[in-house]
Amino acid sequence: MEAVSQFPPLSIPERVFRICGVTGLRVELNAERLIRANAVAAVLFLALGGLFGLLVALTRWPAVHLLSSEWFYLILTAHGADVLLFWIIFFEMAVLYFASSTLLNCRLAAPRLAWLGFVLMVVGAVMTNVAVLQGDSTVMFTSYPPMQAQPHFYLGLILFAVGALVGCMIFFATLVIAKEEKTYEGSIPLVTFGALTAAIIAVFTIASGAIILVPTFMWSIGLISTIDPLTYKLVWWGMGHSSQQINVAAHVSVWYAIVAIVLNGKPLSEKVSRTAFFLYILFLQLASAHHLLVEPGVSSEWKIFNTSYALYLAVLGSMVHGMTVPGAIEAAQRKRGFNRGVFEWLRKAPWGNPAFSGMFLSLVMFGFIGGISGVVLGTEQLNILMHNTIYVPGHFHGTVVAGTTLAFMAVTYLLVPVYFKREIMFPALARWQPYLFGFGVAGIALFMMGAGTLGVPRRHWDITFSDATLRYGFSSAAFLMMALNGMAAVLASIGGIAYVVIVVASITFGKRIPDGPATRAATGPTPMAAAVTQYGSAGTLHLPGTLVLVGIFFLSFVLYYYVNWKYLSQIWPLH
Amino acid sequence: MAIYPPTNRVWWREPVAKIEIAWIVIAFVWGLVMFGTMVGWHIWGQQNLSNEAYRTTPEAYLAKAEAMAEKYTIGEEGDSGLPIVHPPAGSDVYLVARLWQWWPVLQLEKGKSYRLHLSSVDWQHGFSLVPTNINLQVHPGYEMVVTLTPTEAGSFGIVCNEFCGIGHHLMAGKIHVVEK
Repeated sequence: MEAVSQFPPLSIPERVFRICGVTGLRVELNAERLIRANAVAAVLFLALGGLFGLLVALTRWPAVHLLSSEWFYLILTAHGADVLLFWIIFFEMAVLYFASSTLLNCRLAAPRLAWLGFVLMVVGAVMTNVAVLQGDSTVMFTSYPPMQAQPHFYLGLILFAVGALVGCMIFFATLVIAKEEKTYEGSIPLVTFGALTAAIIAVFTIASGAIILVPTFMWSIGLISTIDPLTYKLVWWGMGHSSQQINVAAHVSVWYAIVAIVLNGKPLSEKVSRTAFFLYILFLQLASAHHLLVEPGVSSEWKIFNTSYALYLAVLGSMVHGMTVPGAIEAAQRKRGFNRGVFEWLRKAPWGNPAFSGMFLSLVMFGFIGGISGVVLGTEQLNILMHNTIYVPGHFHGTVVAGTTLAFMAVTYLLVPVYFKREIMFPALARWQPYLFGFGVAGIALFMMGAGTLGVPRRHWDITFSDATLRYGFSSAAFLMMALNGMAAVLASIGGIAYVVIVVASITFGKRIPDGPATRAATGPTPMAAAVTQYGSAGTLHLPGTLVLVGIFFLSFVLYYYVNWKYLSQIWPLH
Repeated sequence: MAIYPPTNRVWWREPVAKIEIAWIVIAFVWGLVMFGTMVGWHIWGQQNLSNEAYRTTPEAYLAKAEAMAEKYTIGEEGDSGLPIVHPPAGSDVYLVARLWQWWPVLQLEKGKSYRLHLSSVDWQHGFSLVPTNINLQVHPGYEMVVTLTPTEAGSFGIVCNEFCGIGHHLMAGKIHVVEK
């Protein structure tokens, strides 16, 4: 069988690998331990940061207004760091090790160095949390100067970034070893290619972080007298926004992985999907400009070129994935015989499998909510309407929570049996978890965007201005939006708690899964996979459902985009 | 499958399905349209930022704002202690952002243009004119100039929408627009 020839004889001892009893994948033990450690750290920071997020949302729910102003700003600072950085990047380290060692059938490079990276990340994450919780570093996740945090706030972030950089280097080195030791034939898998994209962007991101955080740290201990606030924003967002592009590359890879594992789906065209990833590498770094569209001292030419990623070429990448991922699902389902009508393939998709449902919700919500709002927000003049309103967190909860976090949750259901050798506990709860979390987050994103278009500011403790000298009365619609946002956050939190409970229970008490038989053939494509390998090459693909879906997406995009221009044309003229 | 090496080793030679090519073309053209819309709005649109900005210092900026207020103060905003300043139409108007107020309260005339200067004398702040929804970032050390023309009379709020410390939510200001 072709599958056997896929893996040449091993040049290293067999005992460092085991065969996964569920998937037949060969799992290297060093990689497995690191993936477990990173995944556990990720889930712990998600639990912590998610709790903080709930407290923030309950405070911004006007009728509840839970925390005092001091605690609100403190907790909001911690929320940003814990979920946006620590949860996601720990999980991404696990994804990198999975996509290199496991998918390439290769030993992990320099495992001891990888552990050093992990320890640095843990120390850094804990240090920054301690700094924030001590109360003298309430500067928000963005820490714009001249506002200053304690030195260990910045130092923690620097250590965390160095640790993550080590992880990326281990990933690159593992790719080199795999190539050298010929552990695979031909080109790396698409998922690994996507992970490689994420890792390359990560290096740029971490470099930007170092360039700005190291001087800022020196400023905080008195070695440098001032940090220019505009320069800080320019470089800081070279890290802050680019790190979101790591997330995009990582969660798109996860989408492809889930489609492959759950449905035996194959990308429509390797060439198109890989080119789309490549566009990310070329253009995503320009996104720092998204945060500088209404700043003094930056020209419109610079803003327009950068904010559009040079003619929207990175957006093009995402729009391509937005078609090829559902296309791969449709093609795989049609191969299985779900051919009736336009949407039988979608109706009969495995909606009860949380890996699939989470992935599909992530795909739809990232595109419709996070993606479209991101392009609108990142349009030079439209940004005047929404800059720093709560529309902004509305947008990025659509990308980073409904998109990335939900995709990572979905793939967890596949990775726990592989790496922890345990079955998922509470399957009934697991079936509902992606819906609870997904619809909760969709609510958070949409209601915050709604409030933002009514002018509600982000990071604001009291929009009634009850203690202020001068007041502004927001409309009752704005208060309603903030209340609905609070309710949606409660729903999302129930989904989040369900996820944490399922994962923690499964990895500690789940039913053990024995290793599979020690046969290398098990790692090759399954017969079904072999059967679906040929589409994409014929040019006769029949995917009416996908056509309808992208058609709806495109119409929504165009309409929403020009509705905002219409709205802009009604505000006071300014130049 | 996306988790295995491509089955066709020369995957880059595979033809691409028509549906994919069509979507790529549409998405690419749409990108050009959106890019063109931003450029076109600079030519035909009424709402653009001039990006006129100067380096300044808190002392220099505050001096200019105080000089303006001294000349054109017409009253006090309620019992807030904040002066209401009515600068001449077409003139340079200085708004100071500081912990935690917008100073002074401005009175502008509907339909007249003003060169509004914005700068902070301490941390970063966010100028958010509500309910009109004009949002601009205010930096210390940078003086931004925006020429704006109020098109409706009434009282407008200025909310700070850049986190500026523990009193951030106390920072609100006002612009009154009056009919001439």
